[in-house]
Amino acid sequence: MIPNEPPITAALVAEHGLKPDEYQRILDLIGREPSFTELGIFSAMWNEHCSYKSSKVHLRNLPTKAPWVIQGPGENAGVIDIGDGLAVVFKMESHNHPSYIEPYQGAATGVGGILRDVFTMGARPIACLNALSFGDPDHPKTRHLVSGVVAGVGGYGNSFGVPTVGGQVRFHTRYDGNNLVNAMAVGLAEKDKIFYAAASGVGMPIVYLGSKTGRDGIHGASMASAEFGEGAEEKRPTVQVGDPFSEKLLLEACLEIMAKGCVIAIQDMGAAGLTCSAVEMGAKGNLGVDLELDRVPCRETGMSAYEMMLSESQERMLMVLKPEKEAEAEAIFKKWGLDFAIVGHTTPSKRFIVKHAGDVMADLPIKELGDEAPVYDRPYVETPKKPALKAASVTPPMRVPDALEKLIGTPDLCSKRWVWEQYDHVILGNTVQRPGGDAAVVRIEDGPKALALTVDVTPRYCEADPYEGGKQAVAEAWRNITAVGGKPLAITDNLNFGNPEKPEIMGQLVGCVRGIAEACKALDFPVVSGNVSLYNETQGRGILPTPSIGGVGLLDDFTRSATLAFKAAGETVLLIGETQGWLGQSLYLRDVCGREEGAPPPVDLIEERENGDILRTLIGEGLVSAAHDVSDGGLLVAIAEMAMASGIGATLVAAPEDTPAHAFWFGEDQARYVVTVPADRAEAVMQRVHEASVPVHRIGVTSGETIVIPGERPIAIKVLADRFEGWLPAYMSGAA
Amino acid sequence: MKSAVVVFPGINRERDMARTLKLVSGTEPSMVWHADTALPAGTDLVVVPGGFSYGDYLRCGAIAARAPIMDAVRAHAGRGGLVLGVCNGFQILCESGLLPGVLMRNAALRFICKDVYLRVERSDTPFTRGYNAGQVIRVPLAHGEGNYVADSETVARLEGDGRVAFRYVAPDGKLDPRWNINGATNAIAGILSERGNVLGLMPHPENHVEGAIGPTDGRGLFAGLTQHFAKVA
Repeated sequence: MIPNEPPITAALVAEHGLKPDEYQRILDLIGREPSFTELGIFSAMWNEHCSYKSSKVHLRNLPTKAPWVIQGPGENAGVIDIGDGLAVVFKMESHNHPSYIEPYQGAATGVGGILRDVFTMGARPIACLNALSFGDPDHPKTRHLVSGVVAGVGGYGNSFGVPTVGGQVRFHTRYDGNNLVNAMAVGLAEKDKIFYAAASGVGMPIVYLGSKTGRDGIHGASMASAEFGEGAEEKRPTVQVGDPFSEKLLLEACLEIMAKGCVIAIQDMGAAGLTCSAVEMGAKGNLGVDLELDRVPCRETGMSAYEMMLSESQERMLMVLKPEKEAEAEAIFKKWGLDFAIVGHTTPSKRFIVKHAGDVMADLPIKELGDEAPVYDRPYVETPKKPALKAASVTPPMRVPDALEKLIGTPDLCSKRWVWEQYDHVILGNTVQRPGGDAAVVRIEDGPKALALTVDVTPRYCEADPYEGGKQAVAEAWRNITAVGGKPLAITDNLNFGNPEKPEIMGQLVGCVRGIAEACKALDFPVVSGNVSLYNETQGRGILPTPSIGGVGLLDDFTRSATLAFKAAGETVLLIGETQGWLGQSLYLRDVCGREEGAPPPVDLIEERENGDILRTLIGEGLVSAAHDVSDGGLLVAIAEMAMASGIGATLVAAPEDTPAHAFWFGEDQARYVVTVPADRAEAVMQRVHEASVPVHRIGVTSGETIVIPGERPIAIKVLADRFEGWLPAYMSGAA
Repeated sequence: MKSAVVVFPGINRERDMARTLKLVSGTEPSMVWHADTALPAGTDLVVVPGGFSYGDYLRCGAIAARAPIMDAVRAHAGRGGLVLGVCNGFQILCESGLLPGVLMRNAALRFICKDVYLRVERSDTPFTRGYNAGQVIRVPLAHGEGNYVADSETVARLEGDGRVAFRYVAPDGKLDPRWNINGATNAIAGILSERGNVLGLMPHPENHVEGAIGPTDGRGLFAGLTQHFAKVA
């Protein structure tokens, strides 16, 4: 009944990324040899990217519930309740492999895909963020990749019309062959008007919407589920091409037909395109799906069933419509100039049937396609613990002011203005805090509520100790939201690792997930959506473990948000939290001393919570004039950032006698914030912090245009700012 | 003030513009679809907002300039009606023949989003009466193609007739190539039509109108227009 051209051979099965035992599983499941189209469908559904087969058993341990969580992982995006009948819909997703092969389109379609995930659920996107990791600046491809990825992220988001308000950019040689592009989108919806993927009702029309289907992106998801070998560039045809214009039309059309009550279920066509979306809609609704491929709008003639089922052409949606609303929905789509075609219907059979040119090309059990995907509890070895590095064993190679001036101009710490100025971050008129602060603050409609948004992870910590690194990534997102005055609500996680078939890599994944789970529990900061990207390896060399954490928090009144810039001279500078001078895995150790050693700073989650809670209270009561979390680079870097943002300097106290100066100023102890308060209020504020049993120290006074440390030469803010702003533009122009 | 905001597919700052018009003038604007052929009766001000009409796929503004509604916009301008084009709107007005010249790619060949300083060159137009001549305002811009270019004869005529409304300047109001953000000819940020009733500018005054969010220097443009029509009426 099913034409089988070409014949299924072991080589063909392997080309589809299916292992022999996985192929046997298919044979057992359907009781016969699959057709070529069916083999393609299985490869699309069962690859790592779509099935989470290596990570599933561990992801189950992540906390996903809280009273404000409306929808946790498993849908297109997570949904949380922010009161007033409104919900925030958000998710982060990687587009790593394609962005290496074709940086502009890879990054652009990454943004497009995540935006679609959000508006598929009925939310209008209000902000984007991203986390980008690139190789060593001296690697010959790095500049090209930065240039292309940044242009692609901007090119899509700017045209679509969503502000890109925050993110991270880092450089490390371990990303030389695998840069990371993690894109996050945040949308706003009415709480009782969220749309889901599960189809309901038999005989309901399944409608194809959006752009036409072409031959682009075939096997994109499979490509993203394998390591790169030699000749990764040859995989270019698997990268999709983005069309933000169509996506903007699709957004407006979808929101319009949703508002008109036409939609029963909706699913965007992302990875594995028509296959994945149709199967999910049916499987989630306990229904079968019949597809008539002759009705699929195609960009090219002569496309086979196989190609149509595996195409990852962008800007497409699948919907189950209320039959009586069909004409109304079609009129809306025609108005927006988008394709609209009824390509199938739901059935009671729980089979996934694909017909093309009079033939049945696939006839598969729909539930099993997803549910029976292989699940691996892969063997892993825990990353051996590293000994804590004693600060006394690190000889400072230079004076503190010299070290600060060096650090502030390094690729990881320098200003990323060159990047975020290519992103429209002011469109929609709600950006209260622009990029460059701890967290972006985006007003909700006309206020006074606002969202605090951030993306964080410190891969070098994760590499040294996956568990502590996982904890730290979550804690830092929580801290960044807190530092602007937000109440942290939930996260989306984007787990980027190397080849999970290697026990050491699997150990990193397991450790990080464990750490993330621990921190989420302790901080009431559940995971509501996420994505896993494995096989980020080239010729056997994997990336640093990089579990990016996208955090969302809420401010009740955006006019009360705190910013990091010093506000006036003569204010008291306070340090909340304890400083021991932890130099292990610090940027000081790496970029000033040239050593990547030791255990990363431990994260005490109880301390995190206490320290952050008191700061949030102070900000909410309008008691602090500036706030900034202490992270990469340590205390002095945090102070320098506050000074550069304002042009106001500070006269600081000496490091305590029991702590070496370089460890005090550059150690990366966690759970710390620098705040300023008007001098006459300092005593009262310190008293409040003490009452919360949180350590607080007076560390200086804002003044002048230099940072002054006893016994050291003054450090001019102007010099710092030139170095801070200078490196990236110089590097990109080829001068650095 | 009765305003109409034209919406082409791919336009994305129409909400920002509508919100600002409502906020400053107190009156909700009409949103007019590109495929329409007439403006709402009694329209005082037509606004062509920013965005990426038709994806900017052919040449910025070139397709929108040929949309059905543009005949009505041209007729409105022909009658002396006011037309404001911002960013993509400026590009569309140039492509429509309502304003001379063209917006080329930024000199740095990158999209730029940042606050810039503009010098208001004259205050005796309905668009700029909310400012003083010589005043420096801070407004954001966000574009990849805002580098104003015209032949030397046209530029000479624009300058000679005082039709340059806004120029990119340093914060102190002085011309400085470092502050001419996109490399525009004579640092031109905004120009007027021959009769002074059509204004096109690249930056986004509509995004700087609320004190709670940031600077409010964009407000003067909309406040001035509102005053103009209050007086006319």
